[in-house]
Amino acid sequence: MNIKVNHVIDAKGMACPMPIVKTKKGMDQLESGDVMQVEATDQGSIADMQAWSNKNGHQYLGNKQIEGVIHHFIRKASEVEVKQEKIYPHTITNQNLQTKLNANEHMLIVDVREEAEYHFGHIPQAMSIPLGELESRLDECEKDVDLYVICRTGNRSDLAAQLLADKGFTQVRNVLPGMHEWSGLIQKEEV
Amino acid sequence: MMSIKPMSAKELTQRILNDHSLFVLDVRNEKAFQDWKIEGMHFEYLNMPYFDLIDGIDHIIDQIPENQDILVVCAKQGSSEMVAQHLVDAGLEHVFFLEGGMTYWGEYLHPVKIADLNEKGTIYQFVRMGKGCLSYMIESNGEAIVIDPSRMITQYLDFAEDIQVQIRYVIDTHLHADHISGGRLLRDETGARYYLPPQDAEEVQFTFEPLVEGVDIPLVEALYSPGHTIGSTSIIVDQQYLLTGDILFIASVGRPDLAGKANEWSHDLYDSLYQKYKQLPFDLIVLPAHFGKVAELGQDGSVQATLDELYKSNPGLKLSDKQRFHQTVAENLPPQPHAYQDIRHTNMGIQKSNEAEQREMEMGPNRCAVHD
Repeated sequence: MNIKVNHVIDAKGMACPMPIVKTKKGMDQLESGDVMQVEATDQGSIADMQAWSNKNGHQYLGNKQIEGVIHHFIRKASEVEVKQEKIYPHTITNQNLQTKLNANEHMLIVDVREEAEYHFGHIPQAMSIPLGELESRLDECEKDVDLYVICRTGNRSDLAAQLLADKGFTQVRNVLPGMHEWSGLIQKEEV
Repeated sequence: MMSIKPMSAKELTQRILNDHSLFVLDVRNEKAFQDWKIEGMHFEYLNMPYFDLIDGIDHIIDQIPENQDILVVCAKQGSSEMVAQHLVDAGLEHVFFLEGGMTYWGEYLHPVKIADLNEKGTIYQFVRMGKGCLSYMIESNGEAIVIDPSRMITQYLDFAEDIQVQIRYVIDTHLHADHISGGRLLRDETGARYYLPPQDAEEVQFTFEPLVEGVDIPLVEALYSPGHTIGSTSIIVDQQYLLTGDILFIASVGRPDLAGKANEWSHDLYDSLYQKYKQLPFDLIVLPAHFGKVAELGQDGSVQATLDELYKSNPGLKLSDKQRFHQTVAENLPPQPHAYQDIRHTNMGIQKSNEAEQREMEMGPNRCAVHD
C-alpha cells in the first residue's frame, strides 16, 4: 500500500500500551500537519488510537487492514490551521460547489490535503495535489477553467489559492468551510 | 519498596462474593468502560485511559484512595501493569493489576455446587462472572451432562477430571445469541452426544441429536417452552430443578426479539411463563442461564430461587394481563447484544471464526433479559 506519509511506526506484534507509547513518542518528532502511519497487530489499537487522537487534537484519518496488520493513519494536530486568517478573497461555499457539480459544469477541483487524508474520503471529481507539492505540479492544472481548491478547513486551500493566483491562474476559488463539513458524495480509495 | 501484585479472576470473584470493597482504576478507553466493567456491590471506580497515564499519574493521584486495595484493569494486562507501577512509584501500597485483563475476566467460570440430588448425583453451576452467563454440569454414576456450555471448554474438562466423571451428554437449551456455545467443541473433545432443540436448528450445518420432550437422557426431563427462541426448551432435573435457559431469570424474563420475530415470540413467551411454568410444582428451584446483577448472586456465588419466590418477586411474572405483558416487553428491550448475528451464525456452524474473533464477538455486557 502506497500512501505518502511523513513517518512510519512499526508496532507489529506489540501489546498495549506499546503501540500508543511508540506513536506518542513519534508524534513529538513530527511537524504540525504531518501524517504518521502506525502498523499494529493488536485489534484493541483501533479504538484506542482513535480515542487517543481525538483527545490530543490529532486527526485520525482511518485505517486499512491488510493480512492481519492494521495500518493507522494519523495527522498531527496543527494549531496554526485553526487560528489562521483567510486572505484569498474569492471563495465559494460547499453548497454552491455542490450545485455546480450537480449541473455537471466543466471545472477542476484540487484537493490540497495530504495524500492520506484524500485517500480516506474525497469528492469523487477532485484530484489530489497536496499543498506542499502544488508549486511543482502546476502543469497538471488547466489554466482556463474554473478551479476550486479545497482542504479540510479552508486554510491550506487559502494558501493554495494565493499561490495559484500568483502563478497566473485567474479563475480560482477557495471552497469554504471545506471537507470537514462536506455533505455530498465522498469517495474512498481502495487499498 | 512495595511492588505491584497480580490479582486473578478467581481472587477477584472471591472479593465480589465476600462483599469486599475495592477501588477499581479502569484504564481502558471511555467507551469500553461504559459498555462493560467489573461489577461489585462495594466497588468504587475511576476510568482514565492508559494513554493519558503514559507519562505518569500525578494528575489523578488525588482521586485515588491511599488506604484501600487498588485494582488496575485494562483489556489484556500490559497497560494495567504500567499504570500500577506508576502508582507504586508514587508511594501507594496495595496495588494490584488484573491478570489477563478484561479478556480473562470475561472468560473465567466460577464453579459452585448447587446440591446433591435425591438420586445419586450432584448438580453444579458455572458462573461466568464477567458476562453473566450460567452453565451447568450434572454428574451421576461417573457420567456427566453439561448444559449451555461456554466456548471455554477446558474449564469443564478440568472440572470433570477433578471429580472423575466422563462427559456423555451436552445440551444447549436454545440457539444462543449472546455467547458462543462450547457444545460442538465439547462433543468433539469427549465424544459426548450433543442435543439442540430442532426448531432452533433448521439452518444448523452440523449433525446433532434433537432435544425434544421425552428425550432419553438420564435425570433429565425436557419441557418445550418457546419464547426467547422458537425452540427454547427447559430442563427439569431430578424433579427438583428447573433449568429455564433464557426464558426466565431471577429478576427478569427472556427477550423475544433476537431473531427478528419479537411479536410472535412474545406470545410464546407469555404462554411459557404464565401457562406451562404455572402448572409445574412451585417448589422447583429455578436455575437460569443468566444473571443480571451481582445482587442476584448468593453468598457462594450461585444463582437460584424457587419458582414460588419468582412468581412473588419477579416483575416479569406479575404481568398476567396479556396486553400489558406484550407492551412491557416491547418497551423494555435493551440494545441488542454486540455482534449477536455473528454469534448466532457461529453457533449454527455457518460462520467460521478463530478465538480472537470469538472473543471480540462476545465483548461487552450480556443483554439477554428484558429489563436491564
